[in-house]
Amino acid sequence: MRINCPICGDRDRREYYYQGAAVTLDRPAPDAEEAVWEDYLHLRENPAGRTRDLWHHEGGCGAWVVVTRDTVSHKIFEVALAADVKGAAR
Amino acid sequence: MGELQAARPWAERLDVSIGRSALVEVDLGHLTVLAPFGAEAGMTEALSAAHGLGFPKPNRATGKDGGRCIWFGRGEALLIGPAPDASLADHGASVDVLDAWAAVSLSGAAAVDVLARLVPVDLREGAFKRGHSIRTQVMHMSASITRTGKDSFLILVFRSMAGTLSHDLKQAMAAVAARG
Repeated sequence: MRINCPICGDRDRREYYYQGAAVTLDRPAPDAEEAVWEDYLHLRENPAGRTRDLWHHEGGCGAWVVVTRDTVSHKIFEVALAADVKGAAR
Repeated sequence: MGELQAARPWAERLDVSIGRSALVEVDLGHLTVLAPFGAEAGMTEALSAAHGLGFPKPNRATGKDGGRCIWFGRGEALLIGPAPDASLADHGASVDVLDAWAAVSLSGAAAVDVLARLVPVDLREGAFKRGHSIRTQVMHMSASITRTGKDSFLILVFRSMAGTLSHDLKQAMAAVAARG
């Protein structure tokens, strides 16, 4: 598996640390309902298909990236800097 | 503060040749991480005025032996050689990291084959030319690798890993040499 870092270029998977689903980019408001927070903290989709995760390029430039990939075919559709994704959402 | 003595990363001087590759420890002079605040333009100008060096783009290095600036991660570069001019601190963080890194030079016709055993990036000349510099891993160690010549590489790892770096490189050099 190779991930095309927006800064470093195409790199081996072993340079990356896998954090998990990219839902952590959408943190609920501090006063959101308990159920919303529980969902955010504990409940994750387990899709057979397209998923979005956060990876840390710890063995490279040190950037966090959002990887959109298919868990069945292993195809990677998109890799974007988490800073850009987060910035665009604001 | 009293006059401090610089300690070397290896207890004995590292200087070995195995087959067609040679490994030597290098004393790089000052090592300073430069991290511009926001835009790089100010730092680029100050670096050029004070040291005659460009601020490197990602995966690139500027300068030559004695005065070099290599890309060192997202938003960071490493100034190698000269003591940093005070003006650099006006445009970003300027941090002395001389005691944090160990540096070796790996050279020779087989150097690229030695690194191919340890590094998950294509370092052959077609893909990794002189003036290219990357952050990657040597085995499991976080490293910086710069091509300094046709058959020579500058490799930096955290100083606490110096022993592991020399061990891994020597093993790979012997393994490559054994294949003839």
